[in-house]
Amino acid sequence: MDTVSNAVHYIFLAAAACFVMGLHLMNHPRTARRGNTLSAGAMAVAIAATVWLVADEGVISRTGWLVLVSGGVVGAALGLWAAREVQMTAMPQLVSLFNAVGGGAAALIAVGDLLRADDPAVLGARVSLPGALDIVIGAVTFSGSLIAAGKLQGVVSGAPVVFPGARLLNVLLPASFVAGTLWLVLAPDSGIALYGLVAVALLFGVTMVLPIGGADMPVVISLLNAFTGSAVAMAGFVLDETALIIAGMLVSASGGILTKLMADAMNRSIANIIVGGFGTGDSAPAASGANGAPAQVRSVSADDVAIQLAYASKVIFVPGYGLAAAQAQHELGDLAELLTDHGVDVSYAVHPVAGRMPGHMNVLLAEANVPYTQLKEMDDVNPEFAQADVALVIGANDVTNPIARRPGNAISGMPILDVDRAKSVVVIKRSMGHGYAGIDNELYTDPKTGMFFTDAKKGLSELKAAVGEFVS
Amino acid sequence: MNNLDLLTAITVFVLSVLVGIEVISKVPATLHTPLMSGSNSVHGIVVIGAMLIAAESHTWIGYVLAFAAMVFGAMNVVGGYVVTDRMLEMFKAKPATAAEKPAADTREKAEV
Repeated sequence: MDTVSNAVHYIFLAAAACFVMGLHLMNHPRTARRGNTLSAGAMAVAIAATVWLVADEGVISRTGWLVLVSGGVVGAALGLWAAREVQMTAMPQLVSLFNAVGGGAAALIAVGDLLRADDPAVLGARVSLPGALDIVIGAVTFSGSLIAAGKLQGVVSGAPVVFPGARLLNVLLPASFVAGTLWLVLAPDSGIALYGLVAVALLFGVTMVLPIGGADMPVVISLLNAFTGSAVAMAGFVLDETALIIAGMLVSASGGILTKLMADAMNRSIANIIVGGFGTGDSAPAASGANGAPAQVRSVSADDVAIQLAYASKVIFVPGYGLAAAQAQHELGDLAELLTDHGVDVSYAVHPVAGRMPGHMNVLLAEANVPYTQLKEMDDVNPEFAQADVALVIGANDVTNPIARRPGNAISGMPILDVDRAKSVVVIKRSMGHGYAGIDNELYTDPKTGMFFTDAKKGLSELKAAVGEFVS
Repeated sequence: MNNLDLLTAITVFVLSVLVGIEVISKVPATLHTPLMSGSNSVHGIVVIGAMLIAAESHTWIGYVLAFAAMVFGAMNVVGGYVVTDRMLEMFKAKPATAAEKPAADTREKAEV
């Protein structure tokens, strides 16, 4: 190993350490941005060091430089454009898209490395085994992430797509991975094994994600994020680069933990989600006449709610998926500001899975200039509901359903917000439709609950106007 | 390229998993989305692998693969960090008084 290569690998090690510290700084909203900057800076240095290494080795052809620079510029421009233009509500799709390209790049590296060897037949299992794993994981992530992003964007049906033989196919395809991997390890120069493995993996990504409902997509994306990390680590084994192994496994482990946290918050197991077929993501209007539920529901108007809010001393907002879907975060922020100026103690109760991915609601509210000090996590805010004069639920459903405290139903044991313990409750919702668990919400039929049937954005604008008249 | 001892590589692999678990399990739910996005940009390190592949390609198919890998990897890195920064910029202790404009992010210019 010559001096330059040595120096570059020390730089890689320092960069890897910065990635860990960067993630660690994300422990607190105050330091999180610095953490990201540190991580980005380390990445930039690592990339610059790689340019140095490549130039020093001198084996790169002129076309190679052209490919490297033009590919980098095109990719950077696309990434920059996507990151600048994306709506905060579309964040999960974007993360999924970046998973797709990350996994795709990792798979391409393995394909490129296996093809490039002068005599692939002599490649040991030391390279061909991680190479095959890289191709499988990377290609599954690529096609799976694109389908997941398509589902969230509405390009692909959000409903679980189940076709005859899908289950069988999802058993047969992984079995063929094992066969294909073995084949490639035994005969690394076999083009059929190589391209066959790519094709089968791409197909499996599609058939794995299609049967999963749109509401479970965030968990799937988190899982695919972990997959991408593993694929990158495998690329690290193929190329003998520790930096890729460290960064890849860091992401893989953290993605795995996040996935588990998300699944726990929904009271589901990861296996249960992947098997799919649960929920559709879009709550269909319920046939609510069955048990006479509508008769017990108390419907309220904007003026009724405005009076309640204006005379309250403590109000807790409970934003949910409906708020994100209606993009009503700015209206909510304005209403909160109005009430705060009027002397009302306002806070937000944020369930861990509110929005479209964990912590997504916090991002949406931050976008609406809500200070993070007003955002309260479930365990901190639950004891406060008893003192709240009004709990205003906007587009949240299952996470407020008291039935979760009793055994024997779809959401039994799911951690919920104790909204029903507030002195009075107002729910802004378009209809009596079900959440994705597909069950009735007892909160809505509670005598102290008023239902304000409207779109979240429209309803909050009306409330703001009505409250404005009372307090001015 | 240096030939890592397989045992060393596996050691690094295992320790990285443990560090990843340890670092993440303390992050509050508030920051889960930026965290997912942030860790997403970390796997953009794959762009380094793409560069190494580009450096050793000498066939047209090798160049095509390397180009695609470069585009994907660079997109992952730049997009990931910029969008995470955009999100975190919005987390503030107090409401902003003036309308803020997204700060121009030039850090990733060292890209190529």
